[in-house]
Amino acid sequence: MTVSLVVVSHSAKLAEGVVELAGQMTHGKVAIAAAGGTSDGTLGTSVEHILAALEQVAGPDGTLILLDLGSAVMATEMAVEQFVQSGACPVTISPAPLVEGAVIAAVEASIGNSLAEVADAALGALSLPKLH
Amino acid sequence: MPITTEDTLRWLGQLARVLQEKRDYLTQLDSAIGDADHGINMDRGFKAVMEKLQGQSEMDIGSLLKLVGTTLVSTVGGASGPLYGTAFLRAGIALAGKRELYPADYIAMLEAAVGGIQARGKAQAGEKTMLDALLPALASAKEAEAARLDIVEITRRASHAAEQGMLSTIPLVATKGRASYLGERSAGHQDPGATSSWLMLKTLADVCAARSKT
Repeated sequence: MTVSLVVVSHSAKLAEGVVELAGQMTHGKVAIAAAGGTSDGTLGTSVEHILAALEQVAGPDGTLILLDLGSAVMATEMAVEQFVQSGACPVTISPAPLVEGAVIAAVEASIGNSLAEVADAALGALSLPKLH
Repeated sequence: MPITTEDTLRWLGQLARVLQEKRDYLTQLDSAIGDADHGINMDRGFKAVMEKLQGQSEMDIGSLLKLVGTTLVSTVGGASGPLYGTAFLRAGIALAGKRELYPADYIAMLEAAVGGIQARGKAQAGEKTMLDALLPALASAKEAEAARLDIVEITRRASHAAEQGMLSTIPLVATKGRASYLGERSAGHQDPGATSSWLMLKTLADVCAARSKT
């Protein structure tokens, strides 16, 4: 078992794209679920989508949630509150930048690191040099 | 005369109509400093609320407000979903089992709702948010209740304070939400969330005032 990831975005396309990009690094070893857009397909975040994604990939090793902007934080917090009430799988919400954070987290999870280690590594994306 | 279940249903019905009428106005305010979806989101959310409330005249007020909260959470994709959703859920919990609201209950409802928005959004006064309408409304309502005014006057004063608070957001620079990305450019625009908060309190005050005249 490994740490799993959930990618939350206002845009379903963006969430799917980040899952695709992060999944490329893991050779299928890490469960990554997308939770993008609202229930009627418009831009926005959906507590139900996030909860469903969490339930899809959650496990005893834990899940790291990465997100994009603004209301994604509040919707994710509500989904996590509902989820934690119903299970014993640890969940951490990451403040890391979405794309870099998800890719780093996917790599760290794929080598079997713990939830705390994966979360720390994702956070390191904040100081990752992008330009040489 | 207390606020009854019937009054609460009238309030929510009237609010759904007001939010439909003000849909373009709220969206226009939001397009200046946000993601241009507040009117659309509020209208969609309260249309869903109206469907859920069909035939619920037997419910107590606490259960009605909780139903509004869960419906808003599941139908509103913007920040207003979690924020107003939490507000109505907390207000519903505070009024569990009640079928009549006296002044102290109105204060308890408003206090729980405002506390819910603060806990969820982690904002404070002066950050160009719903709270800039709601915090003065709560303070004004508490003062009116302490002075033993009746429910019509308490709700009217809360609505008036919310309106003043809403107007006070115009010069503010946003530090929370999507508008904060605009920095200084967010000044000069009225906050859409503070506007919808005022509309909620105004509609309830209107329902109480209209009832007292009949």
